[in-house]
Amino acid sequence: MTHLEQLEAESIHIIREVAAEFENPVMLYSVGKDSAVMLHLARKAFYPARPPFPLMHVDTTWKFREMIEFRDRIVDEYGFDLLIHVNQEGVKQGIDPFVHGSALHTDVMKTEGLKQALDKYKFDAAFGGARRDEEKSRAKERIFSFRTASHRWDPKNQRPELWNIYNARVQPGESIRAFPLSNWTELDVWQYIHLENIPIVPLYLAKERPVVERDGMLILVDDDRLKLRPGEKVQTKSVRFRTLGCYPLTGAVESTAATLPEIIQEMLLTRTSERQGRLIDHDQSGSMEKKKQEGYF
Amino acid sequence: MAHQSELIAEDIQAYLKSQEQKGLLRFITCGSVDDGKSTLIGRLLWDSKMIFEDQLAALSADSKRVGTQGENIDYALLLDGLQAEREQGITIDVAYRYFSTDKRKFIVADTPGHEQYTRNMVTGASTAQVAVILVDARKGLMTQTRRHSYLVSLVGIRRVVLAVNKMDLVDYSADRFEAICKEYQLFASGLGFKEITAIPISALEGDNVLHSSERTPWYDGPALLEHLETVQVEDSAASRPFRLPVQWVNRPDLDFRGFCGTIVSGTIRPGDAIVVSSSGQTSRVARIVTMGGDLPQAVAGQAVTLTLTDEIDISRGDLLAAPEQRPAQSDQLEAHLAWLHEQPLAPGRSYLLKTAAGSAPAQVRQVKHKIDVNTLQQQSAETLELNEVGLCQIAVSKSIAFDPYGDNEATGSFILIDRLSNATVAAGMIDRALSGKPSEGQRRLPLDKADRAALKGQQPKIVWFSAPLEETISELPQRLESRLHSLGRHTCLLDGETLRATLGGTLGDEAHLQRVAEVALLMIEAGLIVLVVATAPSAWVEQLAEDRCLAGELLNIKRGKAAVIDGATVVLSDQTASQAEQVEWLVENLPF
Ligand SMILES: Nc1nc2c(ncn2[C@@H]2O[C@H](COP(=O)(O)OP(=O)(O)OP(=O)(O)O)[C@@H](O)[C@H]2O)c(=O)[nH]1
Ligand SMILES: [Mg+2]
Repeated sequence: MTHLEQLEAESIHIIREVAAEFENPVMLYSVGKDSAVMLHLARKAFYPARPPFPLMHVDTTWKFREMIEFRDRIVDEYGFDLLIHVNQEGVKQGIDPFVHGSALHTDVMKTEGLKQALDKYKFDAAFGGARRDEEKSRAKERIFSFRTASHRWDPKNQRPELWNIYNARVQPGESIRAFPLSNWTELDVWQYIHLENIPIVPLYLAKERPVVERDGMLILVDDDRLKLRPGEKVQTKSVRFRTLGCYPLTGAVESTAATLPEIIQEMLLTRTSERQGRLIDHDQSGSMEKKKQEGYF
Repeated sequence: MAHQSELIAEDIQAYLKSQEQKGLLRFITCGSVDDGKSTLIGRLLWDSKMIFEDQLAALSADSKRVGTQGENIDYALLLDGLQAEREQGITIDVAYRYFSTDKRKFIVADTPGHEQYTRNMVTGASTAQVAVILVDARKGLMTQTRRHSYLVSLVGIRRVVLAVNKMDLVDYSADRFEAICKEYQLFASGLGFKEITAIPISALEGDNVLHSSERTPWYDGPALLEHLETVQVEDSAASRPFRLPVQWVNRPDLDFRGFCGTIVSGTIRPGDAIVVSSSGQTSRVARIVTMGGDLPQAVAGQAVTLTLTDEIDISRGDLLAAPEQRPAQSDQLEAHLAWLHEQPLAPGRSYLLKTAAGSAPAQVRQVKHKIDVNTLQQQSAETLELNEVGLCQIAVSKSIAFDPYGDNEATGSFILIDRLSNATVAAGMIDRALSGKPSEGQRRLPLDKADRAALKGQQPKIVWFSAPLEETISELPQRLESRLHSLGRHTCLLDGETLRATLGGTLGDEAHLQRVAEVALLMIEAGLIVLVVATAPSAWVEQLAEDRCLAGELLNIKRGKAAVIDGATVVLSDQTASQAEQVEWLVENLPF
């Protein structure tokens, strides 16, 4: 078996284990490329049946418009159950990443939103598309990652994880985050998308798009909530995105790579990591570990 | 990030094609504390240009702030990603990193050297094919070097690299290298390794890591990476007997009934005969179903869905196997256990034994011996403490299908889970089935409560209702007992007030409680589940549990706002409406 075939089989095994061992699992669907792969693997795992769990999107209300369109199209096409959760508290408070900054926005709309949703539906397991190669604290996380009833991750006290025998036991209120793509790299993901022809949000491919330069990042002018600051002007540039999140917090890269092989090529030749375009990781060293401890995915 | 290749810029399609065909090697670094495991992997990633610029910038900033190398780069910080690890300059949990060369893809697990975190080393080792065992050239073999080597051999890794590190600190001395190799060969001769490749390296300076070093002219073997690129790892799984643990039964409609799982060994084609381990029923494979179309054949490693030609009863946990080479079947096992929890093994206690697909309650009847990691000698032992390994006799509550671990890692391995805390407490590797029930000779004398309880198929337990039984829960103990009885448990209810008359009513409260406790303790000695109704201070009950009971043997039932289970303390929620609900909650959440 090639390495991609091995990774695929491992992921399918994990997805089936979670479905079999938990009463109420959910797949967190973030609409990005990793989610696209995870969804594809879930379809494979249960073919010809549909995956026996719903998808859930924690919508921060600041996602790229094209992400939302894509999400609705995919869900429709494959007939998934999709739950959409928005932290209404946050909406009421008028949380705005342009005004309140990335940290507060992420904390309220994403982390809190996720916790609310998990509590509301009483999910005992949630799939996430995180990979260990993304970030140094993720490199340390188990495939079945235990969370306390208050959604905390204790990195110093993780359960041993032997072979591919996963401990799925939780008390009421506690849960497991399951990461079927743990051992995939960014290259693996792109190669697999290429090989398997998996649909992805077009934002990953380069196109002329309206952007403004702000704090060293190229921000897409996705709707009229982006207010130009003095001296800023909207430029049209050929850009694409290496990761997708909330549009005010996700920087575009200038690129002409409009096909999958081209973006893979660009990725391989680039000298920065994919997370560099994300504002939230830069806040402080070790910030991801802290966020994860507090319940961020 | 992938390695550098001219092809990427010149012909990406060709590059991608070449990538698709690459094999994957999983290896670990292990060895004693501070021998340089994390530094080595950091250096490997650095030298093979697997580090992005933004990560580099972060690394050099971190190195100055928390590094161990002064102003210089501390490569270990590429691996030690947890805040606590950076603060202490040690590895606590295993880190997984990914890199590739022209020849292979690699997944490396950098494991911690500290004895305290051995369980995390075992986690890394359980999925590795090759182990790089580091030794500090100045210090030579340490207890942890030996322990890790033993664990590596125990989980079935047959090819190891002995990386003698910090050669820069011993002037690249050939003599020192030879001496360590000799000592290691001697120690490892009993470990069953097929290949021990010794390489003198300096993780810090990069000698013999990516390329052969000029500072070790006396060494003519390969550099570490060269070796890892070419080391042969036998993949005999496909040629061994067919095994598929059923994970999931797929029933989208009445016409389709598929059995999903990963083939852990062997090869299967439509038309092949299979046997269901639990029932012994046989059938033939009709189709191998995947989303990409039916397959003419599937081999070990593939995750598939099989349909059969007959309607036979198969569920999750069943093992599908080749009828002419059936797995063993028994409820009495002999297995090596690596104990991974602070709370020592409690023989007789009911743990959950989880195998590739199924799980069942099981007890360790006896520790036959444990292994001294320094000498590999067998020592007699009553129990296993954290990080100890021993050969144990295990009784499972139902017969399970398995292969000896040496024949098949996937069907010969299991974990033990503590039923109270849900912690993973041990890794198990099955050696063989014990014939029938353990004979008189094998059994420990005198009998103890574990033996008596085993006959009843339960764990002895004291359930102490220490809070006053208010109106709303006045019948709870009786109802709970009745429910347990209906589940086939052997129980007894002790009412403190009633007993006052017979156990000496004139005694003061504390003395009376002590007597009630003694009666209850006698009853668990007889293997019963005892429900005690006697108001008592929580601290007193907890002290009793600590002084006189095994972990999890005494449950203190209290009242509070929300229902929680915290170790031996069980809080019943005031909010729960009915006593029937309380009973169900207790039965569901406590390990009866
Ligand atoms: N001089 C010298 N120092 C080294 C070498 N390799 C590692 N070190 C230093 O040894 C110390 C320990 O290195 P680590 O890589 O953290 O050791 P480790 O084996 O990962 O330690 P644990 O994971 O905590 O068991 C650090 O200060 C390293 O810089 C080497 O080849 N030469
Ligand atoms: Mg280390």
